[in-house]
Amino acid sequence: TRRTMEQLDSRTIYIGHRSCPASEAFIPPPKFCDNRIVSSKYTIWNFLPKNLFEQFRRIANFYFLIIFLVQVIVDTPTSPVTSGLPLFFVIIVTAIKQGYEDWLRHKADNEVNKYPVKVLEDGKPVDKDSEKIKVGDVVEVKENETFPCDLILLQSSRDDNTCFVTTASLDGESNHKTHYTVPDTEKDLDSLSATIECEQPQPDLYKFVGRMHIYKSNQEPAVRSLGPENLLLKGATLKNTQKILGVAVYTGMETKMALNYQGKSQKRSVVEKSINAFLLVYLCILLSKALVCTTLKYVFQNKPGQDEPWYNEKTQREKDTNLYLKMFTDFLSFMVLFNFIIPVSMYVTVEMQKFLGSFFIGWDKDFYDPEIKEGALVNTSDLNEELGQVEYVFTDKTGTLTQNNMEFIECCIDGFQYKYHDSSSELDGFGVTYGPMSKLQQKAGWEREELFLRALCLCHTVQVPSAPQEEKGFIASSPDEIALVKGAMRYGFTFMGLESKTMKILNKNDVEMYELLHVLNFDPVRRRMSVIVRTRSGDTLLFCKGADSSIFPRVKLEEVERIRMHVERSATEGYRTLCVAYKCLSAEEYEHADKGLKEARLALQDREEKLTAVYNQVETGMSLIGATAVEDRLQEEAAETMEALQGAGIKVWVLTGDKMETAKSTCYACRLFQRNTELLELTVRTLEERGRRREDRLHELLLEYHKKTVQDSPLAKTRYSSWSVGNQDYGFIVDGASLTMVLNSSSDSNTSHYKNLFLQICQNCTAVLCCRMAPLQKAQIVKLVKNSKGSPITLSIGDGANDVSMILEAHVGIGIKGKEGRQAVRNSDYAIPKLKHLKKLLLAHGHLYYVRIAHLVQYFFYKNLCFILPQFLYQFFCGYSQQPLYDAAYLTMYNICFTSMPILAYSLLEQHIGMEVLLCNATLYSDIAKNAMLRWPPFIYWTLLGVYHGLLFFFGVRLLFGNLALPDNGQVFGNWSYGTIVFTVLVFTVTLKLALDTRHWTWINHFVIWGSLAFYVLFSLFWGGIIWPFLSQQRLYFVFANMLSSVSTWLVMILLVLLSLLPEILLPVLRKPRGPHARQVQLKQTRTQTLYF
Amino acid sequence: MMASSYNAKEEDGHHSGSASHGGAAVVKSKKPDNTAFKQQRLPAWQPILTAGTVLPAFFVIGLIFIPIGIGLYVTSNNIKEFEIDYTGVDMNSACYSCAKNFSWNSTTSCLCTVDFTLEQPFESNVFMYYGLSNFYQNHRRYVKSRDDSQLNGDMSALTNPSKECEPYRMSEGLPIAPCGAIANSLFNDTLKLYYLEANGTRNEIPLVKKGIAWWTDKHVKFRNPGGNANLTAVFQATSKPVNWRNPVYELDQDPENNGFINEDFIVWMRTAALPTFRKLYRIIQKKSSTMPTLPSGKYVLDITYNYPVLSFDGRKRMILSTISWMGGKNPFLGIAYITVGSICFFLGVVLLIIHHKYDTRSTGADIPN
Repeated sequence: TRRTMEQLDSRTIYIGHRSCPASEAFIPPPKFCDNRIVSSKYTIWNFLPKNLFEQFRRIANFYFLIIFLVQVIVDTPTSPVTSGLPLFFVIIVTAIKQGYEDWLRHKADNEVNKYPVKVLEDGKPVDKDSEKIKVGDVVEVKENETFPCDLILLQSSRDDNTCFVTTASLDGESNHKTHYTVPDTEKDLDSLSATIECEQPQPDLYKFVGRMHIYKSNQEPAVRSLGPENLLLKGATLKNTQKILGVAVYTGMETKMALNYQGKSQKRSVVEKSINAFLLVYLCILLSKALVCTTLKYVFQNKPGQDEPWYNEKTQREKDTNLYLKMFTDFLSFMVLFNFIIPVSMYVTVEMQKFLGSFFIGWDKDFYDPEIKEGALVNTSDLNEELGQVEYVFTDKTGTLTQNNMEFIECCIDGFQYKYHDSSSELDGFGVTYGPMSKLQQKAGWEREELFLRALCLCHTVQVPSAPQEEKGFIASSPDEIALVKGAMRYGFTFMGLESKTMKILNKNDVEMYELLHVLNFDPVRRRMSVIVRTRSGDTLLFCKGADSSIFPRVKLEEVERIRMHVERSATEGYRTLCVAYKCLSAEEYEHADKGLKEARLALQDREEKLTAVYNQVETGMSLIGATAVEDRLQEEAAETMEALQGAGIKVWVLTGDKMETAKSTCYACRLFQRNTELLELTVRTLEERGRRREDRLHELLLEYHKKTVQDSPLAKTRYSSWSVGNQDYGFIVDGASLTMVLNSSSDSNTSHYKNLFLQICQNCTAVLCCRMAPLQKAQIVKLVKNSKGSPITLSIGDGANDVSMILEAHVGIGIKGKEGRQAVRNSDYAIPKLKHLKKLLLAHGHLYYVRIAHLVQYFFYKNLCFILPQFLYQFFCGYSQQPLYDAAYLTMYNICFTSMPILAYSLLEQHIGMEVLLCNATLYSDIAKNAMLRWPPFIYWTLLGVYHGLLFFFGVRLLFGNLALPDNGQVFGNWSYGTIVFTVLVFTVTLKLALDTRHWTWINHFVIWGSLAFYVLFSLFWGGIIWPFLSQQRLYFVFANMLSSVSTWLVMILLVLLSLLPEILLPVLRKPRGPHARQVQLKQTRTQTLYF
Repeated sequence: MMASSYNAKEEDGHHSGSASHGGAAVVKSKKPDNTAFKQQRLPAWQPILTAGTVLPAFFVIGLIFIPIGIGLYVTSNNIKEFEIDYTGVDMNSACYSCAKNFSWNSTTSCLCTVDFTLEQPFESNVFMYYGLSNFYQNHRRYVKSRDDSQLNGDMSALTNPSKECEPYRMSEGLPIAPCGAIANSLFNDTLKLYYLEANGTRNEIPLVKKGIAWWTDKHVKFRNPGGNANLTAVFQATSKPVNWRNPVYELDQDPENNGFINEDFIVWMRTAALPTFRKLYRIIQKKSSTMPTLPSGKYVLDITYNYPVLSFDGRKRMILSTISWMGGKNPFLGIAYITVGSICFFLGVVLLIIHHKYDTRSTGADIPN
């Protein structure tokens, strides 16, 4: 069973499909998928059914389909065309769009799948299509080509059995990464007989475990371990290497790249939730309208002579129909008649608005960063308006608040502080080949200094680019390491590079050589990394560098005491500190470690855990040499941005993995904490004070802080007296360990209690700093806040892989196109080059998007309510016979043509307050907080407005029709004239209402608003000007033109439009000067005042 | 519906990345265009409603609406209108017996005579309407029960009327022309008006039956199949509507007013918006400039009572009305205009006060941008 188990979570690959004689019974290779990439969703054959199925899975489309079917089946007042046409239009447009996208995908797929590759067959490279590659094929790749599938590197043209790749298209890191061939494989691949056993495909780009069994005749099979350094990923590009040979291990949809591009979970915005709530209300209105009409219809028909007067007999079929069935179909008919109250077009318009609107972010030149030559990136358009609703911002520190551009500032060796003397001209520090250390106080032994610098030069994974013409620079995954290596260079120790496991250091003029034996990689849990090197003289040394918390427990206590003070002082100054330690390994110790490491690396299962265990075992009993301090400068305008966010009523939380002191100083620098901010600490340090049990102390502290911030807060008091003592700002600091205690308290009852206390404290603090956070804890915090009372809208911003979890968790995830690769950007909803862009993104774009879409939604419901209400009222005058008031053409075109464009233009272009004003006055942002424009009061206002308009339209025209002789020739108007008058008033009122709301009239607004009205008039004239052969009834023939010939009609239309808009004109004027509009007025006043006086 | 596009975009991105041969770097600058539209900086007019800007508008509206309203009201008041109900519900009313004894099968028409007095003379042209109440011409089943292509002279529709005409589509195996409930229920009372001179002689007032239908209806929308000649032959294979006394080609002697283009018929076919309605019946043209069209005095209305309305509790009226530029008598418009105008004026005053108070607090509040 063990074997089968292994079979399940690992795969065996026969290199070159050669069975291995020595291996145990040849197991026929299971079928792996081919190398075809299929990103397309549809084929020609399944496009129609699959696409339709997917479209009708949307609840709105399904609803409209049902309405349409009812219209087809039941004898309904409006023809199926009225609802079928819009639905058809929507479905067709969406299908075309999705079809086109899929066609693009097919094209891209084909391009990839037909890409020519060379596959080794019988030792000769044979040209093949990329899609024909099978697992086990040996593939040849030349320089600057991309790898067609995931390959294990077997041979490289370089002498040192390495090759360089860039993974720019995978994770955006453009540096060259070194990959290694499998050690000791035969040069002659023809005679190589080997199998590779590796794990099943999984999406983590940086993880791979496997081993290779090499069979040689008459020998025990040799086993080599395989790691990510042997794996060449599909999508990466070969650089600096003429050609390589590799064996395909994962192909097609099982490559790591393909596995990585599987969808993210969909985020829904608050606006969408509001829409759904409103929809429900309207659905209720719709149902009750239909119910009322059905009931009244049967009451009415019970009166003698009304059911079937002699002039209007029923058809035989109607007579035969069962009464209850008749009632039911009547109900459905009313539903159909009133169904326009829930418009298909709203969905289309909302989608269009979001889709088109999101372009403005990408187009904004203020988001363009000349350094990286990129602007903002929009990954989803669904959340545009959410940007205007953010209540909590969770920001990463390194790379987000700070530049992640490290500068070596000072170091401390054996407790003595060294500061580089020429810090003012730090930029040309590279040119200094020999920089004497300026000793501030005393000086450590020369030997110790050199040891320290050697440690800096050796303990890293920095590469020196091989290309000689390139200007001297270093490439590393972490900017700290570059800063340290450069720092060492300034003191005269230059790292020359790594060549075939030998590290070269230029020490003044001597070249020192070290054999690199092992690299104990950095990982965020251990928070340290080590190298084991062998000197010329044969000594084996281990150098380790890492965070103080991870180094201190592993060195002697007295050494710690000497250095701790310096580390803490550097940290309070906002520097990033690293401690450096070393250890001499005896031959036996090294043997032991070497064996352990190799074993762990060969392990197929739990390799990570095993490696960590060995690392921990090796990295003990070291002695501390010193510490370094590296400055991470603040991002441009970080402080201004944070201030603006706080001014906008947004709570900013800093979530960082960094030390508390460093993070705190950054917070001060960013003005998140002010000088007068009282800091409340909930950290391991405060918990361990007074030698009490942590749990008790936690309880005590939580209660104390809660009392301070919540119960005694001036906010609570101001309810009684408006001018109490000035607000005391609180800042809250919590660290990972304490947070774990809060969230996972020993008893369940405490957990929820603590959680509540914790949240309440946080909510009453101006800024919260969470330090020493693991990536998962960041997400936990976000989730905690997200699910707290009032479900506030959260935004996470970060630049690194460690921020991905919180970016995905928050309502809105923002990635910064920083230096730590592209993972954050890839997983974000929006990506911006710099933190400072967040201000405009939220305060200007977010605000405007929210106002636009909120207005759009309210307006849509409003305009359909006043559209359908007259039709409902008309039922009371036509014997509840489902007679539509408007002609079918008007019913269909109302939402599609006559009233759709102005609101779309509005929702794309409106700037009720100018962008600059929004940026200047951050407080304006809080005016729309908490979904202010889509809450029930504004909804009710709009609904009442719709009802008022509907009533006015209907009864206004009803009074006009008190005398049917409207033209001056005594002739009379009929029911279609009635409907057309109501409809004309409706179209004009609804459009002019929007015109009144428009505060930003560009030529497009003018064009669209006046154009729509003109189009309506022209269309009506045209529609009524011709006997349409395809219409069975010429209902509107010359109705519109005749209507215009009557002076009374004109007068009544003008009167009704004016009367409808009167409250709209009046309300903003009478309203007290508050809210954004008024404030802008005031602002303009002050501006004009300064101009005039 | 467009939400998925972004995923697609991403995927496209990765393909172009992986497919770019030799990883050709994207050299194209991604710097956004600095156009006014893309930067959302299109020049814009930014109106702001303040008391200051709205105020003059209110006064202007008030000042325009009140005179219009007064004009409308006066005009409406000057319109003479006389209305008489001749349904015959009352025992005392002249048409009581006709209404009571109505039978679809009777071949002879029932006649009744109503006397009435016009207190004031009707100057200018007088329009004679018949009015029906509680008659649901706007009932859905009724409204759609017609075939416009048949009425437009379409031959195939003549012999094979639309399904919508059911149950008034076929009669005795022949297609009905004109088909449908509307046509079938054509108002067929005949009204004749006499001026009763002082000496008791009845003086018939000439009623013009042309010009009562919309011009476009008469000339375009309604057409006899095969022209206006030989109507009898054209309608040979059709049946008259069940409730009609005469076939459609015998509606009038005048070939220009016969068949589908009979104006009484066209007027009826324009379905009314409300269950109480009036339709133009005849026009009494003004003859001389000195004599009123209808002088004050006694009149006699002769009614051929063919149209039953009591079965559905309906009423029939005869209306005489003069017409002004604003149409028939309708005091509503004038009152509405006066009211709205006054409200606007009043609001203007209120706003002026508000504005004035606001003004004292901060100067320059009304400077619009």
